[in-house]
Amino acid sequence: MADDSVFSAQTARGLVQGIRRGTHTAREITEEIFAHIHNTNPDINAFITIDEEGAFKAADAVDQKAAEGQVLGLLAGIPIALKDVLCTKGLRTTCASKILDNFIPPYDATVVTRLRQADAIILGKLNMDEFAMGSSSENSHFGAVKNPRDQTRVTGGSSGGSAAAIAAGQALMTLGSDTGGSVRLPASFCGVVGLKPTYGRVSRYGLIAYASSLDQIGPFARTVEDAATLLGVIAGHDPRDSTSAHVPVPDYLLACQRGVDGLTIGLPTEFFGEGLQSDVRNAVMQGVEVLEKNGASIREVSLPTAGHPAFAIAAYYIVATAEASSNLSRYDGVKYGFRDEAENLIDMYVQTRSKGFGAEVKRRIMLGTYALSAGYYDAYYRKAQQVRTLIRRDFDRAFESCDLLASPVSPTPAFKLGEKLDDPLQMYLSDIYTVSVNLAGIPGISVPCGTSTEGLPIGLQLLGNTFSEETILSASAVVERELAS
Amino acid sequence: MNYESVIGLEVHAQLATTTKIFCGCSAEFGGDPNTHVCPVCLGLPGALPVLNQNVVELAIRVALSAGCTIQPRSRFLRKNYFYPDLPKGYQISQFQSNEEMPLATGGGVDVPTADGGRKTIRLTRIHMEEDAGKSIHQEVFVAAGESLVDVNRCGVPLIEIVSEPDLSTSEEAFHYLTSLHQLLVYTGVSEGDMEKGHMRIDANVSIRPVGETQLGTKVEIKNVNSFRNCQRAIESEIQRQIDLLETGGEIEQATMLYDPDRNILRAMRTKEESDDYRYFPDPDLVPLVVDNAWVERVQSQIPELPEDKRERFAEVYDISGDQIDVLTADRDIADYFEAAVAAGAQSRLAANWIQGDVMRVLNDRKIAVGDLRVSAEYLAELIGLIDKGDISTSIARTVFDDMVETGESASSIVEKKGLVQISDAGELDGVIDQIIADNPEEVERFKGGDQKLMGFFMGQLMRATKGQANPQKASQLLREKLG
Repeated sequence: MADDSVFSAQTARGLVQGIRRGTHTAREITEEIFAHIHNTNPDINAFITIDEEGAFKAADAVDQKAAEGQVLGLLAGIPIALKDVLCTKGLRTTCASKILDNFIPPYDATVVTRLRQADAIILGKLNMDEFAMGSSSENSHFGAVKNPRDQTRVTGGSSGGSAAAIAAGQALMTLGSDTGGSVRLPASFCGVVGLKPTYGRVSRYGLIAYASSLDQIGPFARTVEDAATLLGVIAGHDPRDSTSAHVPVPDYLLACQRGVDGLTIGLPTEFFGEGLQSDVRNAVMQGVEVLEKNGASIREVSLPTAGHPAFAIAAYYIVATAEASSNLSRYDGVKYGFRDEAENLIDMYVQTRSKGFGAEVKRRIMLGTYALSAGYYDAYYRKAQQVRTLIRRDFDRAFESCDLLASPVSPTPAFKLGEKLDDPLQMYLSDIYTVSVNLAGIPGISVPCGTSTEGLPIGLQLLGNTFSEETILSASAVVERELAS
Repeated sequence: MNYESVIGLEVHAQLATTTKIFCGCSAEFGGDPNTHVCPVCLGLPGALPVLNQNVVELAIRVALSAGCTIQPRSRFLRKNYFYPDLPKGYQISQFQSNEEMPLATGGGVDVPTADGGRKTIRLTRIHMEEDAGKSIHQEVFVAAGESLVDVNRCGVPLIEIVSEPDLSTSEEAFHYLTSLHQLLVYTGVSEGDMEKGHMRIDANVSIRPVGETQLGTKVEIKNVNSFRNCQRAIESEIQRQIDLLETGGEIEQATMLYDPDRNILRAMRTKEESDDYRYFPDPDLVPLVVDNAWVERVQSQIPELPEDKRERFAEVYDISGDQIDVLTADRDIADYFEAAVAAGAQSRLAANWIQGDVMRVLNDRKIAVGDLRVSAEYLAELIGLIDKGDISTSIARTVFDDMVETGESASSIVEKKGLVQISDAGELDGVIDQIIADNPEEVERFKGGDQKLMGFFMGQLMRATKGQANPQKASQLLREKLG
């Protein structure tokens, strides 16, 4: 992105102020960013659908409001893009899958409604691992997303397009979804900020479901402040989502100023063990030292179940795939999406789903169906849910003595495209520090804290107790400020 | 070898709510296909269910009325299977197992037994679930290689009432179903309109040698839509099983579909093909907590139940047992009767009139008593006029028909048309004398012993008085004058 671009240095707040003052118009911003997207997307492949018509319509409406002196929404004129797992009314929503290749939702997800009410400009839909199942954004019907920091490498997944778009300057903010690390991992690999809120903090209505008890929509941005602003817009109870929490939304922006003086930060021993690449460890510790220098005290804690890769990964891949196997049953060729014509009903089902789903999705549907099937339910699904309770207790115990936990996001930085595609289990191990967070329902962020010896971005993961996003943002802002250079 | 039959019934009843169980779409019957729909009941990607509180209220109400225990905590589960009329590929329902509790357990429904006594059919549970849509396989579409799906019914709220296998005969099954139907309609929990499919029945039937305690292999008869058909289907199946055993065969667990036109059962699927539904708790819904306060509030709002109403009628009103049964079968009719008596009608007369003319009009016009233009108070007034002797019963019936048409009161119709009964001897005297004078032959024959001619004279008198002569008075005067 050109250095003299209208918003190269600005935060969202600054951009909105500029529109209010007339320094620039929403249309100007939108024109500039689409030019940039057209230049860069053929290489990065972050976008599946680009909606110029819709975006310009929204931009003109904002400019009209500004000209008339009306009150502008918190995100007025802000160019935002959405992971293609969120339903946008009248705009194709594919989940990066062939089976939804032509699906046009007749309704907006609740978060999309809130973005529109805040006058945001929605640029289009972002590439991802199919149905949010993956850790690299290579499992896409529309091709892999390339890491803007090194285009021979993956972005991480499953919200790869959402992270890449920020890193490549194709949007000022994006939304992704996180079920086992799918916001935090790409944020770490691409060097941007990505937050997974507490389960229930943000409405899931309109979020195409992968694992219902684990999914959360999360904001991506270049700065902690912008992530906080976006979170404030999308968070809050929604009567259309029975699992959304009746917890008031605090001022997340204000929280960014609070600092970390007097906070206790725990380092889970199990997350710093074998397998963690040394330059990742160093970068993470650099971030931890910043917090200590600014008044936080550091201590060690243990998460015996949550930190045990076998337990956490196993529990996750049973619970998530079980729920997914049921959530994806609706893609049957009957009502919408891809249908393979056949002679009878069973063949239609089998052919449609075999051809319509990619390999990883089919793998997980089969795993999940097996885990729920008669004779295996107790040994797998029920047992995994019990392990989940132990994982939650680990975190409860840790938060008795700590305000936050700090850890790496992943054992390595971004790996090469194609490197792990042949070994699904290896791919799953990218998530060892992130899946237990979703199982426990607690919030977590990835904030850039350094680079690897090869110059690849590394993220620091900060975790807090339920509904402690403010504390997470305070600490993240401190890390960002000190390591901004 | 003598066999006895063991029958259990599962009844799906549609709840009388305005909207569906997990979304705000209309739960009304009919409508153009796929118009009572939204992202939730269509199973669109990203849609989520939200529980309708009124559904829970009604379910609790009928459960309490049947003496069930309300579970303080219950969950919804997903029942997973593929079919075109099931948009999500799963049905949200409840389950019962060691770990899972449905909304209500226990309870019972009384039925009359063959020997004239009564027995309680125990209930296993009552739980809530959503209905599926309709598949339309009309010939014109099937010929084109198509079937159509109407999603309107998806998400309509149902309760499933499961009985223990306590029913011994197909007659008991019939009585159980009518009692259950009455309970559902009485409590306002279901409209119970069988033509709209408000009650669908699955029957589990097995036989065993008399005296044997172990249950035989059960066969399931699915989706029967009327109580009589259910009785016939059960009889058919019992006979089929007996025939099979007596010819040395074995009963295989199976699912049958009843064809009412040909009175036969068709096999649907055998045990090997039955689905594994992979039940698990629906993660989109939170556990349902029903506290004591809620239960007590619902309990206090339950109307008087049929049994209690029958007992009270027997104590309070001087009418026969048969009349009590007829009057209490429908809660609105019972209320109408009580209002008429409260307005002054003599109870036996009120019972006769309601059982007779009132119900005739309701049936002929296919209306409910609430739509009748004759209010209970107006009926009471009409009955009062007969009681006082102002009009005869036969006049009263024409007055009633007028009241039904015009909505006017009896007294105003009687006055307008001058229908007051003539009972005054002085008035009748003159008319009788004229008749005697005009018919000397008949008078001779009557005096000669032909008693049947009394009918002729009465007829003449009625004609002359336009039917308004008081029959008893007229008869008495005629006899006096004719000797």
